[in-house]
Amino acid sequence: MQHFFLPVENVKLLDRYTNRKPANGTLYLTATHLIYVDASAEVRKETWILHHHIATVEKLPLTTSGCPLLIHCKNFRVAHFVIGHERDCHEVYTSLLKLSQPVKPEELYAFSYNPKMPKDNREIGWKLIDLKVDYQRMGIPNDFWEITDANKDYEVCNTYPPEIVVPKAANKATVLGSSKFRSRGRIPVLSYLYKENNAAICRCSQPLSGFSARCLEDEQMLQAIRQANPGSPFMYVVDTRPKLNAMANRAAGKGYENEDNYDNIRFKFIGIENIHVMRSSLQKLLEVCETKSPSMSDFLTGLENSGWLRHIKAVMDAGVFLAKAVKEEKASVLVHCSDGWDRTAQVCSLASLLLDPFYRTFKGLMVLIEKEWIAMGHKFSHRCGHLDGDLKEVSPVFTQFTECVWQLMQQFPCAFEFNERFLLEIHDHVYSCQFGNFLGTCHREREALKIFEKTHSLWPFLLQKKQEFRNPLYKGFTAYKELKPNTLPFSFQFWCGMYNRFDKGMHPKQCVLDHLLNCMSQKMKLEDNATDLENKLPFLDGPLPDEVCSLSKIVNASVESSKTPMLNTPQDYESEPPALLTNGAIVEEVDIMPDQDQKNKENFVNHHDLPDLHSTMEVIESDAKKEKLQYQ
Amino acid sequence: MEFAELIKTPRADNVVLHRPFYPAVEGTLCLTGHHLILSSRRQDNAEELWLLHSNIDSIEKRFVGSLGTIIIKCKDLRIIQLDIPGMEECLNIASSIEALSTLDSVTLMYPFFYRPMFEVVEDGWHSFLPEREFELLSSVTNEWRLSYVNKEFSVCPSYPPAVTVPKSIDDEALRRVATFRHGGRFPVLSYYHKKNGMVMMRSSQPLTGTNGRRCKEDSALINATLRAGKRGYIIDTRSLNVAQQARAKGGGFEQEVQYPQWRRIHKSVERYNILQESLIKLVEACNDQSHNMDRWLSKLEASNWLTHIKEILTAACLAAQCIDREGASVLVHGTEGTDSTLQITSLAQIILDPRCRTIRGFEALVEREWLQAGHPFQQRCAQSAYSNSKQKWESPVFFLFLDCVWQTLRQFPCSFEFNEHFLIVLFENAYASQFGTFLGNNESERCKLKLPQKTMSLWSWVNQPYELSKFKNPLFEANSLVIWPSVAPQSLQLWEGVFLRWNRSSKFLDEACEEMNNIIEYNKELQAKVNALRRQLAELETDDGMQESS
Repeated sequence: MQHFFLPVENVKLLDRYTNRKPANGTLYLTATHLIYVDASAEVRKETWILHHHIATVEKLPLTTSGCPLLIHCKNFRVAHFVIGHERDCHEVYTSLLKLSQPVKPEELYAFSYNPKMPKDNREIGWKLIDLKVDYQRMGIPNDFWEITDANKDYEVCNTYPPEIVVPKAANKATVLGSSKFRSRGRIPVLSYLYKENNAAICRCSQPLSGFSARCLEDEQMLQAIRQANPGSPFMYVVDTRPKLNAMANRAAGKGYENEDNYDNIRFKFIGIENIHVMRSSLQKLLEVCETKSPSMSDFLTGLENSGWLRHIKAVMDAGVFLAKAVKEEKASVLVHCSDGWDRTAQVCSLASLLLDPFYRTFKGLMVLIEKEWIAMGHKFSHRCGHLDGDLKEVSPVFTQFTECVWQLMQQFPCAFEFNERFLLEIHDHVYSCQFGNFLGTCHREREALKIFEKTHSLWPFLLQKKQEFRNPLYKGFTAYKELKPNTLPFSFQFWCGMYNRFDKGMHPKQCVLDHLLNCMSQKMKLEDNATDLENKLPFLDGPLPDEVCSLSKIVNASVESSKTPMLNTPQDYESEPPALLTNGAIVEEVDIMPDQDQKNKENFVNHHDLPDLHSTMEVIESDAKKEKLQYQ
Repeated sequence: MEFAELIKTPRADNVVLHRPFYPAVEGTLCLTGHHLILSSRRQDNAEELWLLHSNIDSIEKRFVGSLGTIIIKCKDLRIIQLDIPGMEECLNIASSIEALSTLDSVTLMYPFFYRPMFEVVEDGWHSFLPEREFELLSSVTNEWRLSYVNKEFSVCPSYPPAVTVPKSIDDEALRRVATFRHGGRFPVLSYYHKKNGMVMMRSSQPLTGTNGRRCKEDSALINATLRAGKRGYIIDTRSLNVAQQARAKGGGFEQEVQYPQWRRIHKSVERYNILQESLIKLVEACNDQSHNMDRWLSKLEASNWLTHIKEILTAACLAAQCIDREGASVLVHGTEGTDSTLQITSLAQIILDPRCRTIRGFEALVEREWLQAGHPFQQRCAQSAYSNSKQKWESPVFFLFLDCVWQTLRQFPCSFEFNEHFLIVLFENAYASQFGTFLGNNESERCKLKLPQKTMSLWSWVNQPYELSKFKNPLFEANSLVIWPSVAPQSLQLWEGVFLRWNRSSKFLDEACEEMNNIIEYNKELQAKVNALRRQLAELETDDGMQESS
């Protein structure tokens, strides 16, 4: 499929928020990207949009200046082009429709993406995350839990991975029997074991209980889970659906556990809405975000009416309930929703993140996503609409999880090894189809697609960019154990960095993160510098300047440091900006959507160099210049 | 009057104190003339609570049997509860607190009794005199003069004795203009933009009335600030409708015919009790923890607080844009020119003038544009969010200004020398303080009260090196540029540091600040070390060189 088009010239790119003169330039379509090159700017500026990121393309009514083409992206970019000739516009429109909705999996970018690396590296890349290691970390196998290959031929469940963790006490008959009683055979398996007290989080799908059906093996299965935690006389069974939904399912022969049939369970509903409610909620939220110059009231009312933060809070509340049950009540929890691959994935992964600092590291978050989302069959392909298919299957389930992590980062700024950009990068790639990880719907399908032979894994690429993604405030693995977030409504913020991510004018104009990242790289250079100099000094035993002695103090003693007067001497920073690693084709670095971005970004990386800071500020100022009396 | 008359029960034992973030504690409650003190009499003899009566916004009493409970709501938005055994004691204490927290006479306020425990290095009362500010101005322009026409506060009771006016306008003309402006507040200089020589002036509304009264000295005064052939902007902080209605009461606005060189823009900013109600609603929403998400968002919206923030910031940005981008001079006024006008002129300066983003510069701004400009602090800050009596004069005008500064600080985290804590301290002191700075409604009142002689200035305390260090923003890197905040709703946030301060723990956020401090301090130390080593090396090399050559 080669879709190289002659460039379309004389294309305007409108800025949604300001009355600034639109950019004028040329549009190119390649096999993978739409590229817009702004010719009106002094410096060549490019906007790259991956075809897979395009959610919708609309042709708007003809205007005097041309034919408008509105593109909405899955990473919440909105591009509003105006193309001079209608024929060109139509051609671009039909091509983009085709390119953005591949029909066959083989057409996905991951199968053609070639970062030109040795075959071995690719294979090693896929081995970077090994779930067995994570189970070992939890102490499994142990007296109560074992890793079994009971599902190696997908005999138990075709959307589970070949290896699953089940109670030792559950024999093959129990497993198979239980699988007959669970929707799509998704039996209770271990998600996370809290080593300190043996309480476990397990996950499954709804039981096929209808109004009265029961299943001895399933009851044995739950008993085995409960008994694997001898410290607690009971276990929770949590249905994450609203009670009404669960009840309605009984009519279809599904439903929820009857407390009378299972020994010592405490059954509880946590009302998280279904994928359809979430899809329409996001739609409403995005409409609010896109409104041109809304009043404060419009915005807050729209935010409320979208229900988005209500849903985020519901997911967070559920995660907190699980973590509390495990940590404080020392009780195991079995979680399900309907199929156990959307809400269940959200809630289980969030609880793990709250309980275990490992999942708040780079590696840990990767493991968590591989384990609870990819391996356990979250249907990324359907939920993200990778292929032309049923739009009703699309839902921002993973986006919500990403946001919950972000909300936690707001409350616990020092508890995560990574920063917001790491979350956004992962979110981008869930939709980009550039890497194999998120293709298909389950392990079996990924095997059939030969993902592991034909595509690359995302994680090594992210680790390469670790410097960019690290959180300078991270206090290390041991600083916080479990997190107990505040879940009162006022603790949840609107995530401008996600839903208005490409509207840079709305973001803080100076970036604390960049500043601190720069400090970190500065620090390494200075430390090297100091060591070099010390080695050069012939008389190391002689009296050293005071500063040397005070160094060790300052790190731990913040009280001390607050008393030391500010050193306001001009600093001779000699740093170069940290090299920007590109990962091949998603060239977000040349992102220039709101047109000064690139310049801004680079300048702020360079924050310490005063001349650059000045030019940045001039950019800020010159922005204002173009927006003639925009505040009026 | 003796305070003792008001204190019927000076102390009570076995009182239980409940307050945010601390476990309940039992102790002895003492009432003094200005403080409510609860001491647990623990071994460390730590004072558990030391609350200024003037910080008390309202109190409620409840009784269960003979156990009385007093709920004290403070102007800094904190709510504490005292359980007092004995109905009579409780009633006595409640009525004493009520009386002591609503003293009529300013001279009985704590600042008149407060004796500082620190050595006054610099008397804040003299730190920001108009003469000193004028000196700064004279170094860049000679088109302005300091007029003492208001020396006796006779021309304008709410202006300071010295004001800056165009050099070409004499005092006689000023007197005439004063009769044409509400409350005598004739146009005076608020800010001079060094970059292009454009200025911002402020005044009150012109008294045109229904028959279009005019005053040629008035137009001469403001025209004196225009360059030949240039137009200026008048930013009226009322809607056109409100401005027109004002004519019926003798007020009005500048008509085009009489001010052909000026373009008038109406930029409505809410005032008085509407703002006060907004504050009451917002704080109520923040304090009610039973809300679900929808209710919270709907109450946040209904409070309109953020709407006011957006309005004020937008008007300030507009004024700044006229000056910096359009290269035009600006006159700002509303009705009296003591509230919304000052919000706009002071915020515009934060945007335009890097000096206002330093600690001293900001203090000077508050002194110049709020205290000397006659913002009636005593009236506006008499009550805070828990006031139930609907008095006319209370209004969180200054509070909104501080919130707008915080919003700007959030968007430009490296451009301010001070941190959020500094703004919070100003908020607290504006409402209740041991310092005299925010007492009185204008310079004239402050003069009569002899505040500089009898009370301590807030600045004397703030500007001590140790206190200052707590207000410094580690990210600050001076830049000389104009900063344009975004006023999109997505860019404006609830000021958590104030509104959620008592409702949620800030432990983890504080830790983040501390961590940030450490990172930056460590780098500075490293840099100093490297520099010192370099120096040392260089010295050694020259020494060596000298030895070799000798």
